[in-house]
Amino acid sequence: MSSQLGRRVGRSSRRSMFVRMLVRAAVLRRGRAIAALLALIVAAATATAMLNLYVGVQAKLKKEFRNYGANVVIAAEDNQSLPAETLGKARAIVNGHGLAVPFSYVVARTREGRPVVVAGTDFNAVEKLDSWWSVSAWPRAQHDGLVGVRAAQVVSPRGKPFDLSFQGKTMSVTPAGTLQTGAAEDSRIYLASADFKSWTGVEPSTIEISFSGSAGEIGQAIQDLQQALPFAQVRPVRQIIEAEARVLGKMRATLWVAAILIIATAGLCVLATLTGLVFDRRRDFAVMKSLGASGRLLHGFLAAEAAAMGTVASAIGFVVGNAIASAIGRIDFHAPIAPRFGVLPVVILGSVAVALTAAIWPMWLLGRIQPANILRGE
Amino acid sequence: MFVRLVYESFRREKRRKLLAGLAISLGVGVATAMIAVATDIGDKISRELRTYGANLIVTPDEDGLDVEIGGVNLKPPSDGGYLTEADLPRIKGMFWRNNIVGFAPMLPVNIKVGAVETSLMGTYFSKSVSFGKQHFVTGVRSTYPGWKVRGEWPADDSQDVLLGENLAATLKLQAGESVEINGQRHRISGILASGSSEDEQIWAPLSIAQQLLGKPGAVRRVYVSAVTKPEDELARRDPATMSPEIRDRWYCSPYPQSIAFQLQEAIPHSHAEQIRQVAQNEGRVLSRTKGLMLLITIAVLLASALAVSAAMATAIFERRTEVGLMKALGAGDVRIAALFFAEAMLLAILGGGTGFAWGALLARFIGRSIFDSQIGIQPVLLPVILTIAVVVTFAGSAAAIRRAVKFDPVYALRGEA
Repeated sequence: MSSQLGRRVGRSSRRSMFVRMLVRAAVLRRGRAIAALLALIVAAATATAMLNLYVGVQAKLKKEFRNYGANVVIAAEDNQSLPAETLGKARAIVNGHGLAVPFSYVVARTREGRPVVVAGTDFNAVEKLDSWWSVSAWPRAQHDGLVGVRAAQVVSPRGKPFDLSFQGKTMSVTPAGTLQTGAAEDSRIYLASADFKSWTGVEPSTIEISFSGSAGEIGQAIQDLQQALPFAQVRPVRQIIEAEARVLGKMRATLWVAAILIIATAGLCVLATLTGLVFDRRRDFAVMKSLGASGRLLHGFLAAEAAAMGTVASAIGFVVGNAIASAIGRIDFHAPIAPRFGVLPVVILGSVAVALTAAIWPMWLLGRIQPANILRGE
Repeated sequence: MFVRLVYESFRREKRRKLLAGLAISLGVGVATAMIAVATDIGDKISRELRTYGANLIVTPDEDGLDVEIGGVNLKPPSDGGYLTEADLPRIKGMFWRNNIVGFAPMLPVNIKVGAVETSLMGTYFSKSVSFGKQHFVTGVRSTYPGWKVRGEWPADDSQDVLLGENLAATLKLQAGESVEINGQRHRISGILASGSSEDEQIWAPLSIAQQLLGKPGAVRRVYVSAVTKPEDELARRDPATMSPEIRDRWYCSPYPQSIAFQLQEAIPHSHAEQIRQVAQNEGRVLSRTKGLMLLITIAVLLASALAVSAAMATAIFERRTEVGLMKALGAGDVRIAALFFAEAMLLAILGGGTGFAWGALLARFIGRSIFDSQIGIQPVLLPVILTIAVVVTFAGSAAAIRRAVKFDPVYALRGEA
C-alpha cells in the first residue's frame, strides 16, 4: 500500500519535474527559444502559404479562364434553327455551373440594300459570357440595338435610328451603343431576343455555353447535353479548353516546384538552427546524465520540447501563412484565398517532424560521448 | 593576425561554417531560381496562350462589312478591298519582329461543292517566306497550333486541300479522296478539326483561292500571332496625343496596340486591330500569373532572409566563449565586430556564389521540365544576388554580434551564458 503510494508520488513528482524542466528551459533560455521558434514559424508560415496558394490559385485562374467565353457550343445541323425548348433544356443541365446564351442570326438588308448580319441574343447573359466585348452602352430598351463598329459606319454613322428589312418586314433600330471585338462581331448588329423573334420569327441557331469545371466534367456535360438534345450538334471549343488545360498545367507544376523548394529550404534552415541550439546545450545534458538521467529520459525530454515547439510554431505559422496567402490573393486576384484547414494537420506534422529530427540527430551524436568529457569542456 | 583569425575560424569550425553556409546557399539558390522563373514566366505563359490562335488581325483600309455566319461567308465577292500578298513579309521587318510568332493570310472564296455552298479559305499552311536576309516559316500551323489534321497538311505549292471536319461529314468525303471545286479536282490530303467555324470550310493554299477569285496576289485578311505585354494605362492611350518621349516608350513596348500600330505601318493601306477575345484575356491571365510569381518571389526572399538570419544568429551565439577570451586578451568591440562581419561576408559570398550557381541550374531544370524551353539567367543578376546575400547575412548577424560583444567576458568564460 505504502509502496504503491510512494510509486505514485514518485511518478507524479517525476512528471512534474519533467514539465518543470521543459518550462524552465523555455523561460531561462528565452532568447534562443524565441530564435528557434521564429525559424520554425517562418517555415510553417511559408509552408501554409504555399500549400494554400497551390490549391487556391488554380481555382482563381480557372475563373480567369472563364472570361475567354464559351467552351461548349450547341449548334443546329446545317444552320437551321434549334427547337424552342432547347435553351431551357440546356440551361437545366448547366444550371449552377455556367451560362448558356442563345444566338440567332439572319442576313438583313439596310435601306440601301446592303446585306448585314443581324443577331438576336440575351444581352444580360452576353455581358457575362463575353467580358472582352468593348461596349459603349448596353441596350436596355425595346428596339435598342448594339451595333458593331464596322456596321455602325455603314448603317448609322451618326448614331441615328435606322431601318432594317428581312423578308419584307421592316424594323427600326435605335443604336444604343457600339461594340468592338476585333472579330466578326464588329460587322454585326445585335438585338434583344424578343425584338429579334417578333421581327424575323427565327429561333436561335446556336447556344454558347461557358461551363466551369475540370476537363472530365466538361466532357460529361457535353455527353449529357448531346443525350438531351439528339437533334443538335454539341461540341467543345477545343482551343479554349486546350489552352486552359495547358496554362493551368504549367502553373500547377511551377507552383508545385516553388512550394517544394521553399518548404525544403525553410525546413533545412530550421534544421540547421535547431541542431546548433541542441548541440550547444550539451553541457546541460551532461549534467543531467551525471545526475542519473537515463538516455531514454533525455531523448524524451528533447522530443517533448521539440514537439511542443513544433506545435506552437505551426499554430502561429498557420495563421501567419494564411494571412500571407490571403494577402497575395487580394493583391493579385482582388479576392482573398480562403484558409484551408486541411493544410493544418500537414503543417503540424511537418513542423513537429522537422523539430524532432533537429533534436534527435545531435542527441544521437552526443549520446556516444561520455558526459565527463563534455563537462571537462572537451 | 586578423586574416589568420578568420582563416582559423573557418578551418577549425568546419561543421558550423558548413551549416551556416548551407543555409545561405539554400536560401540564395531558391531565391535565384524563383527570380529567374518570375522574370521569365510572362513570356513562357504568353507562348502557351498562343494556342488560342492569332491575337491581331490586319484588314484592308477600305473594307466593307463581313457578312459571315458560322464560318460561311455570304459577302458578295465584289465587296471590300484587298491587301497585297507581296507586302506581307514586311511584318518581319518591324520593330517587334521577334515577338511575331507567325502570321497567316486568308482569302475566302464562295464555292459550291455538289449542292453544298461553302467557303474555300486560301492561306499559308507552313510556307517559307523571306524578308531581306531573313528566312522564316509561317502560316496557320504556327498561328493556330491547336488545329488538328487527320491525314497530312497540304504543301503550300501543291493543289491539295484540307476539308473541315463538319463539311467532310456532310459531303461524306475522307482524307485521300478528292473533291471537285469549280470543275477542277483537288486531292484531300487531310481532315481539319479546329473545334470552331473552320470545320465548315475548305482550306487550300493561297494561290488556289487567288486563282478561283481571279485576283492574283490578293489577300483579304492577315491573322498575326504575337507575344504581347498585358496592356496598362499607357497602352490604351492614343499615340496621336502623346509627347514624343512617351510615344517612344509606347512604341517600344510590345502592347497589342503598339504592335497593331506597327503592323499598320508595315503593310500599306491596312488597318490592324487586336482580336479582343484573345488579346484582352491573355493580358488578364498574364498579369495575374506574373503578379503571382512576383509576390511569391518576394515571400521567398523574405523567408530565406529570415531563415538565414536565424542560422547566422545561432552560429554567432555559440561562440560567446571565444568572444570572452578575445575581450579578456584586450580586443576592442570594434575589432571583434569586424571579425564577425568579415566572417559573415565571406560566408555570404561563398554561400551566395554556390547558391547562385545551383539556383541557375534549378531554373534551367524548371524551364526544361515544365516549359520545354530554356529559362535563362542574366549574369547581371549575380552581383545583385550577392549583394542581397551579404545584406541579409549582415542583417541576420547584426543583433547576435551586438549581443556577443556586449556580453561580460567573465560570465562568458565561466560558461554562464
